[in-house]
Amino acid sequence: MARGEAPTTVEAPFDDVTVGVANAVRELEEVTGRRLLDEAGKLIRPATDQEGVDVYVSTSSAGGGLQMLVMGVVRSMTAESAQRAALGAGAIVMDTICSNDRRLPYQQIQRIRQLRPDMILLAGGIDGGTVSHVAKLAELVRAARPTARLGMGYRLPLVYAGNRLAVPVVREILNGLVDIHEVENVRPVLEIENLGPARDAIHELFMEHVMAQAPGYDKLKTMTDAPIMPTPGAVGKLVEIVARERGISVLGVDIGGATTDVFSVFRGKFNRTVSANLGMSYSVGNVLTSAGYSNVARWGWVDLPEQEIRNRVKNKIIRPTTIPQLLEDLVIEQALAREALRLSLQQHKEFATTLKGVQMRRTVADAFAQTSSGQTLVNMMELDLIIGSGGVLSHAPLREQAALMMIDAFEPLGVTQLAVDSIFMMPHLGVLGELAPEAAMEVFWRDCLVPLGAVVAPAGRMKPGRVLLEARIEGAGEAPQHVVLRGGELLRVELPEGAEAKLVIEPARGMDVGAGRGRRLERRVWGGKVGIVFDGRGRPIQFASDFKQRREQLLAWARAIGALREG
Amino acid sequence: MAHAYTPGLLVRERAVIRKRRMLPIRGQVLVRTGDRVRAQQIVARAELPGNVQLVNIAHHLGIEPADVPAKLKVQVGERIQRGQPLAENVGLFGLFRSVVSSPCDGEVEAVSAVTGQLILREPNIPLELTAYLSGEVVDVIEDEGVELAAVGTIVQGILGVGGEKFGRLAVVVKSPTEELRPEDVPADAKGLILVGGQRASLSAYRVAAERGAVGVVVGSFDDADLSQILGYDLGIAITGGEDIPTTLILTEGFGRLAMAERTFALLKKLEGREASINGATQIRAGVIRPEIIVSSDEAVGELRQETITETRVGSLVRIIREPHFGTLARIKALPSEPVVIESGATVRVMVVELPDGREHILPRANVELIEL
Repeated sequence: MARGEAPTTVEAPFDDVTVGVANAVRELEEVTGRRLLDEAGKLIRPATDQEGVDVYVSTSSAGGGLQMLVMGVVRSMTAESAQRAALGAGAIVMDTICSNDRRLPYQQIQRIRQLRPDMILLAGGIDGGTVSHVAKLAELVRAARPTARLGMGYRLPLVYAGNRLAVPVVREILNGLVDIHEVENVRPVLEIENLGPARDAIHELFMEHVMAQAPGYDKLKTMTDAPIMPTPGAVGKLVEIVARERGISVLGVDIGGATTDVFSVFRGKFNRTVSANLGMSYSVGNVLTSAGYSNVARWGWVDLPEQEIRNRVKNKIIRPTTIPQLLEDLVIEQALAREALRLSLQQHKEFATTLKGVQMRRTVADAFAQTSSGQTLVNMMELDLIIGSGGVLSHAPLREQAALMMIDAFEPLGVTQLAVDSIFMMPHLGVLGELAPEAAMEVFWRDCLVPLGAVVAPAGRMKPGRVLLEARIEGAGEAPQHVVLRGGELLRVELPEGAEAKLVIEPARGMDVGAGRGRRLERRVWGGKVGIVFDGRGRPIQFASDFKQRREQLLAWARAIGALREG
Repeated sequence: MAHAYTPGLLVRERAVIRKRRMLPIRGQVLVRTGDRVRAQQIVARAELPGNVQLVNIAHHLGIEPADVPAKLKVQVGERIQRGQPLAENVGLFGLFRSVVSSPCDGEVEAVSAVTGQLILREPNIPLELTAYLSGEVVDVIEDEGVELAAVGTIVQGILGVGGEKFGRLAVVVKSPTEELRPEDVPADAKGLILVGGQRASLSAYRVAAERGAVGVVVGSFDDADLSQILGYDLGIAITGGEDIPTTLILTEGFGRLAMAERTFALLKKLEGREASINGATQIRAGVIRPEIIVSSDEAVGELRQETITETRVGSLVRIIREPHFGTLARIKALPSEPVVIESGATVRVMVVELPDGREHILPRANVELIEL
């Protein structure tokens, strides 16, 4: 497994993305000692024993990614389905306009005019339903006469995925103004969501229109063996494949400089959200604002005045490429990362729900359980695997710090495996998965993921010092190990990478680790850089209110898991 | 690789400055290639399409959308005035007459028999684009805008708020380490761009604004004070659209950071000169920094400029993160092997000499290059 990288050459003086691609491939040649490019700088194909490649795939986030405007009739129904389709395709949703978004038509029109998206997705209505609502939305577009972000001369693509009956009307209203592409309805009937066709159309148009504006793209297109995909769309594909192949629930998170992407598959349903202004450099000031100072400060054991911390955070947004040199700066950065991750998951939970507005046949049991439509699919107790990606997690000075950040931010319940993406290879494997799923999976499990281990966290009322669970671990050493977890504690048992252990957990009365309150659970877990972590800190995690006590508490947790470099 | 790529902020006394001034939509360019223009001169003009009003005729008259066209008293394309009847429904025997009047002046753009709506467009909004930079028109992009060039001084800041302004530079403190206090602001600051040193307090900025200053340029500012000016907390560094009368430009950052000596000395030298400033900042791909520009009358001609993008042993750098934030230092070594730093991270580093002669090791990412 090897990696080569090179700065983009999309801008002057090169104006050709393929120059950068060739530079990166050259670095790969140096690292591997294998010749990949011919004299003309072209990839050698087909591969032989000594040289060349079998397959070349590419993803792109050129020009800040795919920026879309989404429109639908009812916010919680067709607009939400359309939003899911756009996000699933890897887009950044700039705004969602719908009939009931509390804005007046002139405000909606002004907004559409301001945005300059790469593409519009227009949905609305079930097939055969009322035409006038979606026609009104089309009229908003017509009145706004939106222009595309890139290139003055080309017509803005609009994907229409609404009521089939309204197609002629929408065509008539928008004729000559935008480039209309009709696909199947994202919500043909209320009970069914049909996102595939809209997602595929978005991918296709992204290639044809948006990417076509990037210099050198035409050349790149001829080089790839599979269509070029927006980078987050490709990560989503991979997360879907992983969940399907293993039959597990997966939560993937990619925390970048400007945004945080969250991907999940629960009960076979894939969802992606982008928290557009939660990131670790460009938008880290927003993390502080959104989370509130006290929420960030609760994770920090450094004793600095609030104003000093605020100024340092703001200095990071204006010098985004700097890295923490002092330990105190690292502590602040990792505190911010916890909050960015926590808020991103919160947004994801609110979005990844069962379909809203659906009439459900309810049994008496359902009525007692108070289940309704629009419930979140994200169930932390059901979750099997969390994959973390992005600089602050993948390049944390210690893997233990990455594990602790994810446990603190996501507060998993029951038994959950943890891993980080070592070199941000997930997007490429997502595209490769389209061509050669088996190969993609093999590389993913063997080389892409860095397993950190597993976390065991009981749900239930935590009292400090009270025994929450007892566990027997078979396979983590010569003899089985016995663990007693008390309220407020964090414990670590080493289980190296590649090793597997059997966990037999006996939760105390009222505590649940996945089999029900007080019920014993047996589970196989795999090891990693951290091993098995037992988390008895409660959900939500309970902090001491006094700074000095909290500082001791945080240091104790960090030491217990090995997240503090001693000396 | 014995160098690191670390572009710094531009602080140049004699530079070729180029600006593209583009209309948001097609319009009319008023100057020609070769013309000399002044900063406040209008170089292009356009008409933004007016606001749109949707009038739901079917709803107001209580009729079916399909019946709307028959009830209209205006036609598509027709100019209309506020209060003018747009549609009328007359009941049996001419009784129960209901009328829908126009909410605005403008034009009828479209009518829909599906939604029963009438789309009215208000009159176009004229938009005038100034040159911003005093200099020469070097290119005209037909109907869209112009490219200007001038030889002059350019100082880039790290962050600004507020848009394009034009005024006279006034340095009101004695040294780059001095704070700009309310009492330093001249009684009549109308049209002035005040240059302070280390930082300005919130009260000093407010006094400057009250007394008519169009700009304040200082080394640093407190984050809490900036929130007071904006009325919100700055979450991401994308600015320029703030509706404030006094543009604020920081040359160093947040906290208490002295203005770089070279920047201060250059601005001091330009005291009393007319300057164009812009607080617009965009720290994302396609970075935009706030700027202070003073054009000269020198012809652009063949002046060539090279941008230094490499740091080498002997180069002067500014440290841009704690510890020693803001300090100038000289590179002594660029070891190729990564080193473990205090935070525990393993990174590529440089060894620098601090002004007091001590050696300091820091990540390569934490410096910016200073051009000489």
